[in-house]
Order: sequence, then structure tokens, then C-alpha cells
Amino acid sequence: MFDICELHEPETLLEAKRIFNADPGLKVIAGGTDVLIRMQHGGLAGAGLLSLRNLHELEEIQLLGDGTLSVGAMAPFAQIFQSELIQKLVPILGEAAVSMGGPQVRNVATIGGNLCNGAVSADSASTLFALDALLKLQTLDSERIIPMKDFYAGPGKVNLLPGELLVAILIPREGYEGMGGHYIKFAPRKAMDIATLGVAALCRIKDNCFQELRIGLGVAAPVPVRCFEAEAYAQGREVTLETVQEIARLALKPAKARSSWRASKEYREHLIEVLAQRAVAEAVKRAGGCCADEK
Amino acid sequence: MADQIMLSLKVNGQSHSLQVHPFARLLDVLREDLRFTGTKEGCGEGECGVCSILLNGRLVNSCLVPAVQAQGGEIVTVEGLADGQRLSSLQDAFLTQNGAQCGFCTPGMLLAATDLLQRNPHPDEAAVREGLAGNLCRCTGYVKIVDAVQTAAREAR
Repeated sequence: MFDICELHEPETLLEAKRIFNADPGLKVIAGGTDVLIRMQHGGLAGAGLLSLRNLHELEEIQLLGDGTLSVGAMAPFAQIFQSELIQKLVPILGEAAVSMGGPQVRNVATIGGNLCNGAVSADSASTLFALDALLKLQTLDSERIIPMKDFYAGPGKVNLLPGELLVAILIPREGYEGMGGHYIKFAPRKAMDIATLGVAALCRIKDNCFQELRIGLGVAAPVPVRCFEAEAYAQGREVTLETVQEIARLALKPAKARSSWRASKEYREHLIEVLAQRAVAEAVKRAGGCCADEK
Repeated sequence: MADQIMLSLKVNGQSHSLQVHPFARLLDVLREDLRFTGTKEGCGEGECGVCSILLNGRLVNSCLVPAVQAQGGEIVTVEGLADGQRLSSLQDAFLTQNGAQCGFCTPGMLLAATDLLQRNPHPDEAAVREGLAGNLCRCTGYVKIVDAVQTAAREAR
């Protein structure tokens, strides 16, 4: 039996916002693959829950008029992975989605829940960081759109106001257009595991030079981070093995890796450099570039 | 919220109505109240897949579903895979290919494999492994399970 004291299951977003506004102490639950497990372990005992599972309006994945890709917060990972729009425009997000859990988990776990948990290992988070994604947050009477970096406040902590819900993830056209990308999840098992490290790399290549490079890291610091120094270094440079190696070395700069039972700090730092190099090299290939030394 | 609710649901095509606590785990309702004990409990936290069922056509871990969320739902458990005494082609293949050893993971494996073949009738080995990625087996090393699923897929051709 789950130790739940009450469960609200509104049918519309407006109703959900009204309920949450009236009782901001409710714990929001999406797919439940984290919240219910925490309850099984005795956390959140006796909590009142606001379930968003009936809000089908938040499951939509759509291309807006200005080219922004909008992913509803309640879209399950299975739907994200199978979405033709995602496969066509941001295949890297599909890669991240399918790296998560197994089929049972992906059928119910949602991208919004993944982000709102604030877990630094969230497979979607490092990728959305690299995509320059924005988050659409709403309360009963306000709306704000903020970049991913302003959302993460610390391990397991996100900046949500009382009564505020994440309704959609917005990926602006400049975030994905013409970019090749690759997400690498490093974990002891290929399925049902939590990332020891996650690296998402996206780049735009012209005349075999980096026009733009973005790298997002998961589990490298208390919150997902971007590798701005490595990105700035790449700007305008020709794609060579040396360039990619230097990018990978600079990718370590924002890292504040720590030791846990999953991996030591030193091992994580080693992984960042090795995996950043692999992720960037593959992203380059997918963007139509070629490491000169491989010609 | 009420201590008990009247839960109406269909299991393997048959309708049931019963009094349950709204926040009972669907897994417990199936096993304890309705005695569909083919569905097992392993980890109880969505990691092992042994409690897999189809809920409204979707493969889920029944240990992570509060009973109230199955209201009006249609469920398929391992008991619903055979047609009377006739095993499904997957069940048959698990037998002939030795896809079960201790058998504890088998109900979940069968449900996940059934779901996989509905979505992808002729999966290659990688697709089978992906489809069964949410189910743990500690005996077989998975090879014979993968063989069984591919055998069933081949025989359905």
C-alpha cells in the first residue's frame, strides 16, 4: 500500500492549477516512477499528491509556427523516442530518452517528471542543456519561460514557485537546426541503470569548421552543466583530432565531480574527457564534418 | 479519501468489481484479492519487471500503480496469454527453447515479449534485448530467452 493521504487527479490543466494554487503543499506526481518509489522507501510519508496523468493536453509534441519544438511535460519517454518530429529534428533527445530505464519505465516516466526531480543524472537534462531548451512554467495566474540553467538550484532542487507547474519544454529553432548531435550515457548496465556520467554534444559544421558547438554534462557537478570554455574554443576552428582533443580537455573545466559509490571523482573526470571526445567526434560526423586525421 | 473504493476492472477479458483501498498497489490487488498469482513481486520498485502487466494495452510495472489508477482499466496478466489449454506461441517457444529456468521472471518476460511482438512482430536480436531491457533474469543469461522470442516471431511468419 502506498502511504498517500489524498490524491487529486484533475482532468484539465486549469483545474490542476486551481488545486495546486489552493494547496501548494501537494506533491506533484507525473508518471510516478520516482515519487512512488520514494514513498515505498518511506519518504514523503502521508503526502497529498497532485497527479497530472490525466492532463493529455500536456503530452503533445508539436512544432510551433516559429520553428520552436514544444514537448509537453507529460510526454512519456516512449512517446518521445517514437515521435517522428523528435527523430527528425532532435534525434539526440530520442537517444537520451531511450537510454532511460526499460520499456515499462519509459511507458510511464515523463520528461517533465525527469526534470522536476532535479536529479543530476537525468538523461534528458544534459541533452536539453545542450539544446538551449527553455522551460515553460505556469501558476494559476502567471507564466514564465526560463532557460534550463536557471531551473536547477542544486542536487534534487529546482526553482519552482509555490503552485507552479512545468507545462512544456521549448527547444528554439536555433537550438537544433542544422546541428548534428550525440548523447553518451555511461553506466555499468545498458538498461535500467542510472548514468555514472552523461555527455550530450551538438555541433554545426561548415567547410569542416565548427560554426557552433554545445556540450552538456550530467553527473559532472551538483547540477547539469554546459562546457562554455570548450564551446568558445571550438568556434571557427577546423575539425581536427587535436581540436577535438583540446575541446575534450576543456570540457573538464565546469566539472565539480564527486566521489560516490558509483564512481570516484578521478574516474568521473577521466570519463568526462574520454566521453566528451567521443561524443563530439560522433556529433561532428552526424553534422557532416570529418576529423582531418581520419581522412 | 475513502478507506475503500469500489474498483471495477477487466482482467484477461473478465470483469471484476471489488472493494479495495484506493492506494493499494495494483500488484497486491491482482495477487491477493483476485488471486492472479502469476504476476510476481520482485524488487517492488520498478527495477526488475517481474510484476509486468498490460494495463490498457501498455506494458507497466504493477508495483508502481495505485489501484485507483486502474479504475475501469483492462488488464492482461500471464494467465491471460494462453487460449484455454492452448499456449500462446511465445509460451510454447519459452518451453521448447528452454527460456525458463527457475521461472520466476518468466511471467514478466512473457508480458514484455508479448508487448514487443505486438509493436514489432519480427525483431532482430538487438530489438529483443531492448524490448526485454526492463526485465531481469538471474538464471539464463538471457540467451535462451532471446532465442525463444525470436523463435516465436519466426513461427508466426
